[in-house]
Amino acid sequence: MVYSYYPGCTLKTKAKKLDRYARDCAQIFEIELEEIEDWQCCGGVYPGMADELATRLSPVRALREAGDKKQDLVTVCSACHHVIKRVNEDVKTSGEIRRKINAYLEPENGYEGETKVIHYLELLRDRIGFDRIREKVKQPLNGKKIAPYYGCLLLRPYDVMNFDDPENPSIMEEFLLAIGAKPVHYALKNECCGGYVTMEDEEFASKKSSSIMEAAMDQGAESMITACPLCKYNLENSGLKNGIPVYYFTELLAEALGVKEQEEGT
Amino acid sequence: MREEILRISGVNPLKCMKCGKCTASCPAFEKMEYHPHQFVEMVQNNHITPLLESESQYYCMSCLVCEERCPRGVKPQKLIEAVQVLKLRASEGNRLKPQDVANRLDPSLPQQALMAAFRKYSR
Repeated sequence: MVYSYYPGCTLKTKAKKLDRYARDCAQIFEIELEEIEDWQCCGGVYPGMADELATRLSPVRALREAGDKKQDLVTVCSACHHVIKRVNEDVKTSGEIRRKINAYLEPENGYEGETKVIHYLELLRDRIGFDRIREKVKQPLNGKKIAPYYGCLLLRPYDVMNFDDPENPSIMEEFLLAIGAKPVHYALKNECCGGYVTMEDEEFASKKSSSIMEAAMDQGAESMITACPLCKYNLENSGLKNGIPVYYFTELLAEALGVKEQEEGT
Repeated sequence: MREEILRISGVNPLKCMKCGKCTASCPAFEKMEYHPHQFVEMVQNNHITPLLESESQYYCMSCLVCEERCPRGVKPQKLIEAVQVLKLRASEGNRLKPQDVANRLDPSLPQQALMAAFRKYSR
């Protein structure tokens, strides 16, 4: 099965592990991730104002390319997923946004929001299935206690993201069980890490992320997983002494499937 | 000003029933002079200048808890963003300038943080 694939800017630089292991693991399940040609940065945050059109163009370009190939569009980074999925919804539901964007981009090849955007975790759950993943695990994580951290962008707003229960999600727990780890239940798994506010007030963002990591550690977590490079950064930058490591979920998947290479950089 | 905020945000503040769930859920509560429910009420009452002058909106992390938990579908975050956007559009300078980030570029800072912060804090 071939899917269009949108990596995003951070996955090409600071979050190479998130990208590389997503691709390597997909091959095990005979899934081909075809990178969008000349993709542009999603913008990092969803442009929520009705009159912002230029900031919606790059997601639409990626969506339209996937649509032209009749492929679903797979994302890995939480922020890219959030922005692309919500812009797609705007094109689908707002006549004005759809008309203006199409008039600007390529009127003869209109895009109406027909592409389906799926996050890599949804690919694992809904297209591959956690049972099939369990069968392919070569090096189970031997009951390691791992805290799933969802953050905001995958979950909210539910009426657009339609990803998992926004107050009590379970997809990462199911994922952790499938690779042989022991998911840790804790209170703040869907609280905000501080996000981009780290650029405005680093100390405040650290306070947010340290309370999340502390909550996970209080419940015995030895490490945490995330799908978001900025969540990972904030958690690692929380200033906690004896803080626990934070991994991309794809890295642990690769480890369990036995396709992880030797440690190297980002 | 009020009409412009309502137009670009698409929010109808009259739907608010003042239950306060948005503010009770807000992770930036302690840093805000005006809280999410106050943005809704003050925009409705055309009491917008204090919002523009306050720094509250810069602490909104767009985590969307206020929107998710609102029993009336008001979307307070959109109003906070609208106030911030109007202020940036009207002001002569950006809040975040490229030269400001030079000393924040630690080796692990993801590009995503820079992109998001420039989108949020500059035009």
